[in-house]
Amino acid sequence: MNAPVAATAALERPVALSIEHVAVHFGGLVAISDLHFTVGEGELVSLIGPNGAGKTTAFNVITGFLRPTKGKVVYRGTPLTGLKPHEVTKLGLVRTFQRTSVFDSCTVFENVLMGLHRRVHIGLVATILALPSSTRAEAELREQAWDILRLVGIEHRASELGGSLPYGEQRLLGVALALATNPSALLLDEPVSGMNPTETGNFVRLLAKIRERGTTILLVEHDMPMVMGISDRVVVLNNGRLIAEGPPSVVQNDPEVIRAYLGQGAKSA
Amino acid sequence: MTRLTPIIVLLFFASVPWWLTDQYLLHTLITTGIFILAAMSLNLLLGYTGQLSLGHVAFFGIGAYTSALTALGFDVELFGLFRVVHEPWPPVLGLLFGTLVAALCGFVIGKLSFRVRGAYFVIVTISFAEVTRLVSLNWVELTQGPLALPGIPPLTIGFPGLGYMTLWEKTENYYVVLAFIVLAYILIKRLVNSRFGRAMIALKGNESLATSVGIDVTRYLVIAAIVSAGMAGCAGALYAHYIQIIDPMIFMFLNTVTMVIMVITGGKGTLAGPLVGGLIFGLAPVVLRSYVGPEIQWILYGLLMIVVVFVLPQGIVPAIEQWFNRTKAEPLREPSVAGKGERA
Repeated sequence: MNAPVAATAALERPVALSIEHVAVHFGGLVAISDLHFTVGEGELVSLIGPNGAGKTTAFNVITGFLRPTKGKVVYRGTPLTGLKPHEVTKLGLVRTFQRTSVFDSCTVFENVLMGLHRRVHIGLVATILALPSSTRAEAELREQAWDILRLVGIEHRASELGGSLPYGEQRLLGVALALATNPSALLLDEPVSGMNPTETGNFVRLLAKIRERGTTILLVEHDMPMVMGISDRVVVLNNGRLIAEGPPSVVQNDPEVIRAYLGQGAKSA
Repeated sequence: MTRLTPIIVLLFFASVPWWLTDQYLLHTLITTGIFILAAMSLNLLLGYTGQLSLGHVAFFGIGAYTSALTALGFDVELFGLFRVVHEPWPPVLGLLFGTLVAALCGFVIGKLSFRVRGAYFVIVTISFAEVTRLVSLNWVELTQGPLALPGIPPLTIGFPGLGYMTLWEKTENYYVVLAFIVLAYILIKRLVNSRFGRAMIALKGNESLATSVGIDVTRYLVIAAIVSAGMAGCAGALYAHYIQIIDPMIFMFLNTVTMVIMVITGGKGTLAGPLVGGLIFGLAPVVLRSYVGPEIQWILYGLLMIVVVFVLPQGIVPAIEQWFNRTKAEPLREPSVAGKGERA
């Protein structure tokens, strides 16, 4: 195994998320053999690799949807082993899904309200009795929902059903849902796949706005110009193991990466 | 639908005892109302969280027996070791305990079965209903088994200082049931339009997305089960004090089926669904009985149900809403904060 490029030395930020020697086996199938990397506070790290490399599996492990066979994931000093997805979300680590994932039969506005679930705590009794505190909190939630819709830029769709939105806007709604939880780290699974260049451009601007808040971002994406343009560091996976890690300029020219993407023949060509 | 619709409907039903002279029909309205209350509770689980409880009658029956036994008193020997003697208490306390005990059962069943959902929940609830039926049938010392519990006192309502009223008359019972339906309607409306309801609708719509935005799915399913079971128990208690006699037949599977029919035909996941479905399928047997023979009556009942489900698979209320929206041709609404997220 090629040693990962020692780019971690260039890292000055405190570590937010560390994936420590994680392995995932499905029966005899090894989805991830040994994954080890860190993401600094406020950093934007991209996880790339050919289809089937184990990127989404890595996401599932980090966010508690899957239990690693070996190794552990630590976020801000808390080991995530054994935590359920909603408990991982509670720690501020929130994901979006690869396929469009919104609440289809609810309006866009309701979708965001569902995402805001953890923001304001209103008791069951206060809700049933419609106490002033609960009415106030509900009004506050609605205010926050508008803020998020405006940030993402889909406020004009508020009263439409989530499932009726065009594809690109459904992806934005997925991000809005994740943002609604007020994450300190955001894991985006192929957010711009299926978007046209204009939409991708808008999305990159949205990412910049999210980063201004100090949010850490881990991105899985196939759109290489975008990845290389916005990432602080890139981590490359192939066949369930890490083959390269470093700033975009370094990773782009790594022979192992080129071989993984272009195939064995490219070397001799 | 306008905001006024519920108030107009309520005023209409409040006026019924003034002009309805047929006491039997009034009696049918009361029992239908009690079943509507149970159907509303089932709708909270089935319509909003998507979990089908096919043993909902268990909570209804537990509420009925708990309330009846609280009001009648009992004297049982437990495990041949010690006696538990309970002196009769006021029926209102029975209603309260019936609700609480049923809610507690909802909590236990929810905790036990929501780790594995879907079909397993259906099986657990059916089994639970069967177990409660067998207990009521065989624990003769407590429930008198098939001999039934007769002489359950009617409810006495009132406030200290304002005087009390015992509900002997049908009209009084009718208004009490109506009041409970209004209360339940308001409770469910507030619940489903809050973060609790949104969590329930979210987990029904897309469970992995719901957990990933931080919703503890099991917790909200259990909350729904507690509220739903408590409400069904309350309906059962009202039934016991109105009919004044209950036997293990109360746990009949047919009673659950009736509730499910009321919810599905009316429109699950809508506030008005169980009310509409409940009225139609609660009154249908009585109305049909006056025109056709008993065999034809149930065939027509079945046909009516099949037609509704075939023609309006979403239920009557959603169909009316769609039709209403189409004919009205609502102009594009400017997104405003008010009115968003309201579920009719």
